[in-house]
Amino acid sequence: MTHLANVVQWFANPAHWQGPDGIPQRLVEHVQISAESVAIGALIALPIGIALGHYGRFGNLAINISNVGRALPSFGLLVIAFQVFGLGNLPILVALVALAIPPMVTNSYVALREVDPDVKEAARGMGYRELNQLVRVELPLAVPLVMAGIRTSAVQVVATATLAALIAGGGFGRYVIDGFAQQDYTKLFAGAVLVAALAMATELSLSGVERLLVPRGIRLLQAPAAGRATTFKTA
Amino acid sequence: MQSSAFLDYVDPWVNWTWLESHVPLFVDALQQHLTLTAIAVAGGLALSLPLGIAAHRWRALRNPLLGFFGVVYTIPSLALFALLVPYTGLSIVTAEIGLIGYTVLILVRNLLIGLESVPPDVLDAADGMGYRPLARLAFVELPLALPAMFAGVRIATVTTIGLVTITALIGLGGLGQLINKGLIENFHTPLVVATALSIALALVADLTLVGLQRVAVPWSRDAPR
Repeated sequence: MTHLANVVQWFANPAHWQGPDGIPQRLVEHVQISAESVAIGALIALPIGIALGHYGRFGNLAINISNVGRALPSFGLLVIAFQVFGLGNLPILVALVALAIPPMVTNSYVALREVDPDVKEAARGMGYRELNQLVRVELPLAVPLVMAGIRTSAVQVVATATLAALIAGGGFGRYVIDGFAQQDYTKLFAGAVLVAALAMATELSLSGVERLLVPRGIRLLQAPAAGRATTFKTA
Repeated sequence: MQSSAFLDYVDPWVNWTWLESHVPLFVDALQQHLTLTAIAVAGGLALSLPLGIAAHRWRALRNPLLGFFGVVYTIPSLALFALLVPYTGLSIVTAEIGLIGYTVLILVRNLLIGLESVPPDVLDAADGMGYRPLARLAFVELPLALPAMFAGVRIATVTTIGLVTITALIGLGGLGQLINKGLIENFHTPLVVATALSIALALVADLTLVGLQRVAVPWSRDAPR
């Protein structure tokens, strides 16, 4: 039990709550690079997934993106990006964006594909133009799965950002990687707790956003998105 | 400024001469990679089958089970390994607890999707033909759930092959070891080749499973993927 007592002590130590290697600073680094990566990834992935799903074309492309996305070893990708771009945030950002894209493309593609064709036809019959139909009929129905894709990406990115400490990145991964390197199992464990908590918090807060964004009627109408979403785990 | 030959040396992305003389290194890594993956998927299946069937039979189990493994799945692998290291050390046990834990969510979910997709008419017909519950499960429900199950095995396998690289940080890693070598020695060849091999291995494993599924489960043409 001394091990856990040490971990509790580590958290209680005020020195670990301030300065450039303090928990608040590491939290900001971790969240910032993750949020930037997911945002850039979303700007690239969502239009692609939504367009592919809306037009119902290139379904194989969407499936292949998910297969290759799953096969990408995040560790290798990060290190290669490091060798290409050198020190700094750029290699981390590039690798994280690359990993953020597949879940969002796949899930938004499926989301748009799953919109009932009868509903689309009804919208057309009511005089909706194509863009209006997409924005006001299809997208609201697709929101749960699109959001599930964003959530999957975000959790993946937060997880992979931990590995960024290997290529001199900041964030909570610092404690884990340094803990391994220094064989300091207290720091290692404390870092792992922080990383796990952050991943969990990301999952829960985005589920909350999803809840706010999905109209009640649609929530009652559809099976829970969590059960239908395409899962990814790369880190 | 005069520069020495040493500083002029540019590390190519792939140094073929080095690669040719170090093939066994890659064979060993590939072997370890496959072993770690196979144990994870087989162990995951061994856990998921009883758990999934139980959750199908007793609905009350379903949400707690999916919830628990959902939480495990959310924990980043490096953090999960780090949480286990103080107890199970830098060992294959640590790696496999994590890897198996991740496959269970994928496999149980797909098994449940498969079992739930069996049409009620088929179940009625089986009951009418005198199948006892256990025989109905074994000879009617599970075969019909196999396509969805196969889809789960494919996802679990591809996912695990990617995750195995991260076990390099706890002294295993398969191809991940060579990625780590590339990082530590600042040497491109093992890094690039091992990353490419890892992607290739995942895609080949996926295609192999598709082929296997065509042969073993010919009724799975329209299976979910």
